[in-house]
Amino acid sequence: MEIKQIKVTVNGEPRIIEVEPRLLCVHMIREVLGMTGTHLGCDTTSCGACTVLLDGVPVKSCTLFGIQTDGHEITTVEGLGRPSELHPVQEGFKEEHGLQCGFCTPGMMLTAAALLEDNPDPSDDDIRWAISGNLCRCTGYQNIINSVKWAARKMAAQRTAVSA
Amino acid sequence: MYPSRFHYEAPSSIDEALQLLSVYQGEAKVLSGGMSLIPLMKLRFASPSAIIDVNNIPGLDDLYEDGGQLRIGALVRNRTIIRSDVVRARYPLMASVAPQIADPLVRGRSTVVGSLCHCDPQGDWGAAMLALNAEVVAVSASGERRIPVADFLLGPFQTSLRPDELAIEARVPAPSGQPFGVYHKLERKIGDFATVGVAVFLDRSGSSVTGAGIGLTGVGGTNVKVSAAEEVLVRGGVNDDTIGEAARLAAEVAKPQTDQRGSAEYKLHLVRTFVTRALQTAIGREPIDIRQRRFEDVGALA
Repeated sequence: MEIKQIKVTVNGEPRIIEVEPRLLCVHMIREVLGMTGTHLGCDTTSCGACTVLLDGVPVKSCTLFGIQTDGHEITTVEGLGRPSELHPVQEGFKEEHGLQCGFCTPGMMLTAAALLEDNPDPSDDDIRWAISGNLCRCTGYQNIINSVKWAARKMAAQRTAVSA
Repeated sequence: MYPSRFHYEAPSSIDEALQLLSVYQGEAKVLSGGMSLIPLMKLRFASPSAIIDVNNIPGLDDLYEDGGQLRIGALVRNRTIIRSDVVRARYPLMASVAPQIADPLVRGRSTVVGSLCHCDPQGDWGAAMLALNAEVVAVSASGERRIPVADFLLGPFQTSLRPDELAIEARVPAPSGQPFGVYHKLERKIGDFATVGVAVFLDRSGSSVTGAGIGLTGVGGTNVKVSAAEEVLVRGGVNDDTIGEAARLAAEVAKPQTDQRGSAEYKLHLVRTFVTRALQTAIGREPIDIRQRRFEDVGALA
């Protein structure tokens, strides 16, 4: 069996990982790194539960080989915020009841965080469009949209506070 | 799902990639975005003995206009197409196609050239590139070939790319006058393959049509180019008569099959409707539809 050593920055921390080339990124994250915040849903590039950020861009980690992340940076939900210091998107999901079963939530939040980097003041339509590759099996989409808008407001307030 | 075992190669130059292709003698697959290849490998429809990942080759992600052509490197992703100023300003058909492919996360990885090489009959880029008279640039140890997309797409998942060749670029002729282009795609939900897709391109100088292209998705063993309709539009301009004729000719070359997405009859109706709608929009008779306008609004971030 061919094993290769790769260097990946995971949530800001440089890691050296040994992978078999066919190991999918999602399995590398969950089983090799032991970080189970990234969920495996459909395993067919449809649902987006496995979304992580690859160099800041949201990707479906079930459709990426771990070995492809060699030399790159991955952000998982564990790197979005900490329990003591939640990311505004995480706070938004809490405040606006943006999750029911929670299975899609890590992927939704990472996609939302990437959207807000690009577009700090998205309309409802912009948000719907951005999360169109992430499925919520509870169909709680309206609260997810409310959550992202909550986060956008919070981040705008933070920017104002910093610049004041 | 785990794919079969494979050797992984990540060349850092085109020369190195070509050497690897010759070492594996047709048993390797080239990986760019991987949005079609990896799912096929997971389902074990494809079990290549080696993967040649070209994502580390510098220069393949260039997207620029040069010498009367738009040059699209093999690593130019759909996300990049959507965010490109030159595409938005001068290549309206491409700007219409890209945001309708798969979903935003897939578009972050998937590439134009990869789509052409994968050659799925349901692929959207094939239809657009046929309409635009684009070509694929393939390199091998014996030199470079420029292959018109019409000669490149041979059948379901079959192209004229040789096993020793690497597709490094797609090239689209720059419009000489005022370009028009739109892609109408019916999909049951975001991320599904097209029930039917119709790509329409016009190059116009004043009221005359100097170039026309129509490509179809999902109505044959590969994307279909409607050459007869293109001639009608260039010869006669865009008017009620030629629109009707173009729609009829498009439905004539379309050979859809009845499947879970719709009956063959329904798909032919869609072909006629989409050709008509696109050309009516081109002459200002029909407003650009809500779905298309939406792509224009959000295009920059999709």
